[in-house]
Amino acid sequence: MRADLELIYDWVPEGAHVLDLACGDGVLLDTLSRRKQVTGYGLEIDPDGLTACVSRGVSVIEHNLDDGLGSFADNTYDLVIMTQALQALRRPDRMLDEMMRVAREGIITFPNFAYWRHRVYLGIRGYMPVSKSLPHAWYDTPNIHLSTFNDFEHLCREKGLMIVDRAVGVGDHRGHWSSRLWPNLFGEIAIFRVRRRP
Amino acid sequence: MPDSSVTASEPLPRSSVGLVTPQIAHFDTPLPLACGKVLPAYDLVYETYGTLNAERSNAVLICHALSGHHHAAGYHSADEAKPGWWDAHIGPGKSIDTDHFFVVSLNNLGGCHGSTGPTSPNPETGRQWGPDFPMVTVSDWVKSQARLADHLGIERFAAAVGGSLGGMQVLQWTMAYPERVANAVVIAATPRLSAQNIAFNEVARQAIRSDTEFHDGWYGEQHTVPKRGLKLARMVGHITYLSEDAMGHKFGRDLRSEDLNFGYDVEFQVESYLRYQGDAFSTTFDANTYLLMTKALDYFDPAAIHGGDLARALAPAQCPFLVVSFTTDWRFPPSRSRELVDALISAGKPVSYANIDSPHGHDAFLLPEPRYCAVFSAYMNRVARDLGLPEIS
Repeated sequence: MRADLELIYDWVPEGAHVLDLACGDGVLLDTLSRRKQVTGYGLEIDPDGLTACVSRGVSVIEHNLDDGLGSFADNTYDLVIMTQALQALRRPDRMLDEMMRVAREGIITFPNFAYWRHRVYLGIRGYMPVSKSLPHAWYDTPNIHLSTFNDFEHLCREKGLMIVDRAVGVGDHRGHWSSRLWPNLFGEIAIFRVRRRP
Repeated sequence: MPDSSVTASEPLPRSSVGLVTPQIAHFDTPLPLACGKVLPAYDLVYETYGTLNAERSNAVLICHALSGHHHAAGYHSADEAKPGWWDAHIGPGKSIDTDHFFVVSLNNLGGCHGSTGPTSPNPETGRQWGPDFPMVTVSDWVKSQARLADHLGIERFAAAVGGSLGGMQVLQWTMAYPERVANAVVIAATPRLSAQNIAFNEVARQAIRSDTEFHDGWYGEQHTVPKRGLKLARMVGHITYLSEDAMGHKFGRDLRSEDLNFGYDVEFQVESYLRYQGDAFSTTFDANTYLLMTKALDYFDPAAIHGGDLARALAPAQCPFLVVSFTTDWRFPPSRSRELVDALISAGKPVSYANIDSPHGHDAFLLPEPRYCAVFSAYMNRVARDLGLPEIS
């Protein structure tokens, strides 16, 4: 599994009812259901991802996240997960509200625009960064709302959400000590676990 | 229904189930119907493809749509021009792989392709049933299909699969016999018709009933056929099965000759096409059956007895679902499939949903669109894998 998914795996409690937004090929839900008896649905819009989910036996719904989560009632999930999709949404802030409506707890991962390599790319070379976590050119990228580790923390504070855990992913590894100390600079992938206040 | 590029006069492709022979199952146990009447005895005509395994666990039921019947795949004879109506999806290597599955497809009660219906003799009167044939509903069909399963020694279907009206039967299976279906595949269907759908059906029925040759449904005894009515009914239906794009692409505003003739003969290609489809249908389909089947469509509404709460209606279902819709289907648009998916989610049932981008409208469910095949095959492969079905080589 991808480094950020490995970390998320550890954060998901046994037997949880989970909604996985932008679940990709369903590998996380599949692993969670087999090893941790997790139930729930994945939402995906990419045809190949969707077929891969069906093939694995993951319950997957073709759904555009920009249309909100209207099909899902309040407080019906233990956990809502969204990996690498926040930056591609029209209104990430509204999605965060929706996520915290269907579940009390959420796990969100996204590429950290303030990662030092991105800063170098933009600061020294003067071009929009292209990297492993941001692989597209500026003109054809689905990532329309790039943000930083700090930006997201700020949004959570504004919304009165509790940050239960934060972590960073760097490349294929879980992160060097430097990324734990200065996540905004050394974290390539930002990983947050947030909770609605009771 | 779409044309197939394969004809039986050429050697049959490896992906065809080949030559098939319909069979008849006779039932003497009276069947109580939703309308309150009882069918004392009846026949069901069916076909099977593939091999039933020793555990009898690999059977797949195919439920047919409005004008469909038991002949879903393969050919009846070497000269048959077209294979069965769902040949694109049933056969070796296809979505419903007959190397894995034993496929059962039948003609529903009230049909006009061999199963007991309005053209069969009424044992009480000795006359043809005609308009006296009792109204059959989706739940009656499913009950009769369960008896066919008993007859074939199939306790549980690996999957029940159907498109359009067939999808409604699959839904009914999951609610009426939850322990007898391991998987449900509901394609281009809806949990209940909209007012617009019912309106189209009513236009079709009025076209038939107002034909002077209809004789209140006793046309069989009068040795007439309400062909004009059937033709109109089919023309209306056909318009709703295609998308505007598909029609525009196929015909545009093309004229049959260069000059306008300012009359009511066929001038546009689309007129010619609809008349041809209508004519062909009016010689092969029974008018009373068309009336019955459109009524069965109208009546289907499992949520009704639960105060409109579809999630509650679906509570008994025990199996995973695959729901598929097509972007340009305006007969049963994606929003109607989504209604079903949302109800399944709210009932906490395992469900996967794909909305396939296709230009072909409602008819898309009969076609081998690559993305549709990919999802459908992936699901059926998973069904086979979960059952531990060995590959038959």
